[in-house]
Parts: sequence; structure tokens; C-alpha cells
Amino acid sequence: MNINTLKENRRLLYEYRYELDKIEKGYSNKSLYINLSDNKISSMPVTDMMKEKFIGGKGFGLWYLWNAVKPETKWTDPDNAIVIASGPVGGITQYPGAGKSLVVTISPLTGIPIDSNVGGYFGPLLKFSGWDALEIQGKAEKDVVVFIDGNNGIIRIEEAPLEAIDAHVLGEQLTEMYADSEEDKRNIAVVTAGTAAENTLIGLLNFTFYDVRRKVTRLKQAGRGGIGTVFRDKKIKALVVKFSGVKGNLNNPADQAKINRTGLRLHREIKRFDDEQCRMRQVGTANIIEVMDEYDLLPVHNYKFGRHPDTHKIASNVFRDKFLTQGKPDGCWYGCSLSCAKAADYFELKTGPYKGDKVTVDGPEYETAAGVGANCGIFDPEYVLECNFYCDTYGIDTISFATITAFLMECYENGIINKDITGGLELTFGNQNAAMDLLHQMSRGERFGKLAGLGIRKLKKIFVEEYGADKDFLEDIGMEQKGLEYSEYLPKESLAQQGGYGLTNKGPQHDEAWLIFMDMVNNQLPSFEDKAEALHYFPMFRTWFGLMGLCKLPWNDIVPASNFSSDEPAKIPEHVQNYVDLYNGMTGNNISKEELIIQSERVYNFQRIFNIRMGHGKRENDRVPYRSVGPVTVEEYESRKDRYDTQLKEKLNIESTGKSTEEKVKILRSYREDQYEQLINAVYKRRGWTMDGIPTIEKLKEIKMDLPKLIEVVEKHL
Amino acid sequence: MILINGKEHEWSQELTIQRILDIKRYTFPKIIVKVNGNLIAKHEYAETLIHDGDEVQIIHLLAGG
Repeated sequence: MNINTLKENRRLLYEYRYELDKIEKGYSNKSLYINLSDNKISSMPVTDMMKEKFIGGKGFGLWYLWNAVKPETKWTDPDNAIVIASGPVGGITQYPGAGKSLVVTISPLTGIPIDSNVGGYFGPLLKFSGWDALEIQGKAEKDVVVFIDGNNGIIRIEEAPLEAIDAHVLGEQLTEMYADSEEDKRNIAVVTAGTAAENTLIGLLNFTFYDVRRKVTRLKQAGRGGIGTVFRDKKIKALVVKFSGVKGNLNNPADQAKINRTGLRLHREIKRFDDEQCRMRQVGTANIIEVMDEYDLLPVHNYKFGRHPDTHKIASNVFRDKFLTQGKPDGCWYGCSLSCAKAADYFELKTGPYKGDKVTVDGPEYETAAGVGANCGIFDPEYVLECNFYCDTYGIDTISFATITAFLMECYENGIINKDITGGLELTFGNQNAAMDLLHQMSRGERFGKLAGLGIRKLKKIFVEEYGADKDFLEDIGMEQKGLEYSEYLPKESLAQQGGYGLTNKGPQHDEAWLIFMDMVNNQLPSFEDKAEALHYFPMFRTWFGLMGLCKLPWNDIVPASNFSSDEPAKIPEHVQNYVDLYNGMTGNNISKEELIIQSERVYNFQRIFNIRMGHGKRENDRVPYRSVGPVTVEEYESRKDRYDTQLKEKLNIESTGKSTEEKVKILRSYREDQYEQLINAVYKRRGWTMDGIPTIEKLKEIKMDLPKLIEVVEKHL
Repeated sequence: MILINGKEHEWSQELTIQRILDIKRYTFPKIIVKVNGNLIAKHEYAETLIHDGDEVQIIHLLAGG
């Protein structure tokens, strides 16, 4: 549609003007508040307390969200807020991975705060426009676009009736609309959802950046937990920020030279080692598809198995050699030489409303290929790319879509659902046509796709209550916890990773801890105490990226030469020091690597208490489906019979001869479930929580997080 | 008998680091190998013989997906 026609049909609801200020040591020192119910816009101060306790990014988001909602607030309530923030280090161009935005809201899937870390230009441009964070509350009556003009200090809320909803179209429309020229397009960043986001609970947000070489608008995703669903429920079509003049010193750091030096060192490492290590510049995170298969960790057929003979068909080299454009600097923010944001150009779509169009597909990330591919028994790279494209543009999370579809396929193969229930979809493992139809139905909000979009937790209940399914079996195979679908690793053989998924704040996403190699392969975590230490350190360390506006990947997807002689190679000590230097160089503070962890502990414990406040943050909420712990079925046990029989002998001194597989499954289950409970005990102890998972007042005092609001919540449970 | 990452493994003559990596299907590119605490360079994997009783550490450097 013609851009002028779109503009002519806009209706201005409110305009707000503000003074442009300089950023000091990484902070603009104010946040933007928008209420869409009454079109109110205001500026909120960023206080010293916020900077000390919550740092920025996800910390600011959680703090604003806490103040926005009440314990009884539901995701659909106007009070629920979406908060987007960069962080004090966010927006630098000297160190790779510094353009991240952190998004929080009350999740439609979990009822507790969800947080998601996303690339694209929005977060940094928002900060350079004068705002450390953006909080949106309320609900618009009709679809709106919020526009932030960061060079002129103007914010507008406008009704936008004619713009598209699907992200790849809307991103292009708004980039075209707000840019003064082709050259100016790089100064526009758009946040959108998509048509399926409004018909499911697994909606995501797409964050754009304009790719000046390809001349297309690229999409990065805040995928987890249904944030896009909240976005569309508020009737937001898009957020747009425009800021021209990005430079390496806009954050006005305390010590620019220190930041420059730190960045230069990492750029050299990437240039020297990436091709022989992870090949992030060639294939991005997809480099581990075949690695996970080799180590029996790739989820296959709803996490039943860890490898498949057809994995080679969706291996990273297939994408590299046939689809992904090579040799382009694919950073999702300026200065990221790790360049993992790969893209397949001129990919011709075979299905759906855009059939025949040649599009740029961002990805696939490992999670997408593993999930929509292997976990659903589909080993067609073109399907993976097409599914990736449609999930993005429709605005739904590839991980949740994949895990839901895999669950449905197992239900279908077990006769729990059938064609009558699915409306004709034959959802067997490997049926890519049925899976794609399901996805298109989600976009249209019709038939079985609408039901599937509710997520596994609600589907389990419906299948039990309406179709007489075996509740215990569904609880075992439905790979969700806290209401969020599992991401795409098989944790059965790593007790530490069972905790890495189960003992998280937002639900089973691997961004808190990925301990499978340390535990299962390296055997570096033999005792419960060792595992608990790792389940303290890594979640705290990785939380810190989300406070800063940083990406996790440059931490350990490139490894310096010094690491090979390090005492603690898993931590990548040289890179940890980089982060200490970046923070100190930016703020002028002088923290140590130990204080870095305490900064995270404050926010981590705050989020736990937020969960408790919302009624979902105790031990009972940290239990996990047995499919993530061990073999549920005879088929699974027998597929790894030697392994499990050996474990019965070595761990329990039980001979397997003469016992049926059903008996052995039961014995192993009893043992493994007990191990998980012991792990919980050890982790809670290490984190300074009670055995019911409540942070103690002593712990809160120790980390200087004994705020009266928090004490009031935890006291009720101690 | 040798120890690989703390677990017993059968030893055989002519056993090299590379052979262990092949047997264990350890294909991940970012690994550190130590034999009795001594770091072994990647280009020495094929020639480095493992002796009966040796303790081999094969540390995979992936702590995050």
C-alpha cells in the first residue's frame, strides 16, 4: 500500500515534546512513560537507588513492572506494562554484542514476569533519544503506532488503521514512512508483533534494524513468553524510534580509552579464532545443530531422543552452503564483529499468504532448527526456513511453536487427539505440511491452530477434561514448566541442566544456565554442591548481560587463547574481566568480578520475590516434567538400554536381568526424581533461600536488597 | 585402565588422544585436553600416546547455548 495513503489515514491522538539532554556515563537518567488508555505521556526520573540496585535493562524493567502491577494483575489487565530498556553499557560500538534491548511484561503463559533479550536498534536508539527505558501501560481503543523522534524531542501516539500487522511488511512500511531518504533508513528502529501474536498466547516482538547492504529491514526477536500477545492486546501495531547521529561516544563514558582497548582485544580474537571455533560469522548459532546430535542432546520427537540419522540434512553446513548469504557483516548492532545474525536472501516461500514472494529470512538460530526441525521429526531445511519466516512475521516464538507442535505430535501418535479434534491435521512426527498448516491457522486465529496457541499447560488441561486423556502421562510428556515451553536441549542425562531449566525465574529457557557439557561430558560437577555452585554462579553471571544491554554470545562463543591454561575455563575469565572493565569504564565505578555477581544477585532475588508476590515462586513451581529428567516410555528406555541398565547397576546396584522394561523405568524414575529433589535442596541452600524457595531476610540484607516492599512479601512465607 | 574425565575407560596399546576423541565422538571444536595435568596442543592429538593408568581430561568449553 502507498505510504501516503497510510499517512493520510493516521489520526493524531497525542503529541508530547521533551528537552534533549546529554547522556552521562551510560545513563540518560530518565525513562519514558506512556499510558495508552488515556494517552498520557510523561518523563520519570532514574534515581540513584535504581542505578545501584537495579543497574539498568532487565533490572529497570522489573522495577517498573513491580510498581505497575498488583499481585492479582493478569496479563490482559490495562495495568500490565511492557517495559523496554537498554542498559548502561548498551549502545557502545566498540565491543561486540552491545545493542540489546531487554523486554519485560507479565506473561500470558506464566502469569509472572517474563524477560527477553533482543537485538536490533531500538534499545540503543531509545537511549540516545533520551530514555533509559520505555514503560507502556494501558490499552488503546484502536490500533496505534507510537513514534519517538529522538533528534527533535517529539513523541506521537497515532491511530494507524491501514498499516499491515505482519512484521516483515510493517517493518518495511514504517521504515519507509519515517526515513527521509535511503541513507536515513538506518536511523529507524521499529518494534512490531504479527497476526498470530493476537490469536495465540505465544506472541513475540520483532525488533528491526535496516540492513544497508541488503536494503531490507531485518527482524530480531524478543521471543519468549508471549510479550507480542500483550503488545497486540494493548492494540499497539508498532513502536518506532528515529535517531540520527550514532557515534561511538554517545554514552559519554567515564573512560573511553578503556572501552576502546577492551573492544579491540575481542575483535582480534574473533578475527583469529572464529573460523576454527564456532563459525558464528558463517552460520551463527546454528553451528551447534550437529554438535548437539553427536552428543545425544538434540531434541528429537518431543524430547524422546537426542539424535536422529537425518540430522545431517539440517546441519549447519547445509544452511551455509545452500541458503545463508556469506561474507556480509551481519551484526544486529554497530560494531559487532561476531556477526551471527545470518540471513537467507531471496528465499521463495511455498505456502501461505506470501506464497511466491522472495524474502529475506533471518536465521535459522539453533533453537529454531532444532525445534521446528528435529523435535518435530522434520529434517527439511527449506521447511525450517519457511517456518522460521512465518513464525517471525506472524509474531510467534519459534521455540514455543516447536515444543507445542512436538507435544501435539506425540499426543496424536498416542491417540489422545485425532483428525476430528485437529480439524483434519494429521499431526504425526515428520508431517511438515500439517505443522505448516497449524502455523497458518494461528495467524488466522482459526480452528485447531487457535487452540494450540494456548500453549502446552492449557492444552494438557483441555485434553484431560474434554478428551479423557491420561493426566499423568500428559504431565510427563508436556515439556513446559511454570507455563513456558522448554527450549531445545535434551537435559535427561545432566542433572545440573535439569536444574538449569527448572530452577529459573521465568521458566525453562537456557539463558540462565547451560551446564550440560560441564556436568554430563566434562564431569566437572560431581557433587550436589558442585552443581549448586554452578547453578548459582552461571545464572547470576548471565543475568548481568540483561542488566547492561549486552549479548551473551561474545562471552563464550569465542574463546581467547588464555583460556586453555585457565583454572576455570568454563567461566572464560579473560572475558569476565572484559565485562568488569566495560562497566567500570562506562560508569566510573570500580567493581570487581565478585561485585558483578552481587549486582546480578540483587535483581535475580528481586525477580524471584516478584514471582512469589504473583503467587508462583515457590518450590512447587520449580518441579519439572519427567520427560526432562528421564525416560517416560518403554520406547525411550529401550532406545538407550545399555546406558540405563548400566546406571541401574552402577548407581543403585540393581541387576537389570529378569526385570521388565516397565519395572526398570519405574526404578530409574524413583532414583532420578529423588536426585532432582536433592539438587533443589542444594541450590536453594547456595542461593540463600529456604527449602521452600523463599529468599531469606538474611540473604537480602547480605546483598543490600532488604527493601521494605520485598521484606513484606517474603515475611509472609517464612 | 585409564580415566577419562574421572570415569574409567579401557586402555589399549597404540591408544592416542585422537583415537579417544573418535571413540567418544567428541567432535566439538572448543576443547582442552590434558594428560596427567599436562596440556596437549591440538596438533599433537594424533601422535600423543596414552599409557595405561593415565588420567585424561577432555574439557568441552561450552557453558551456554
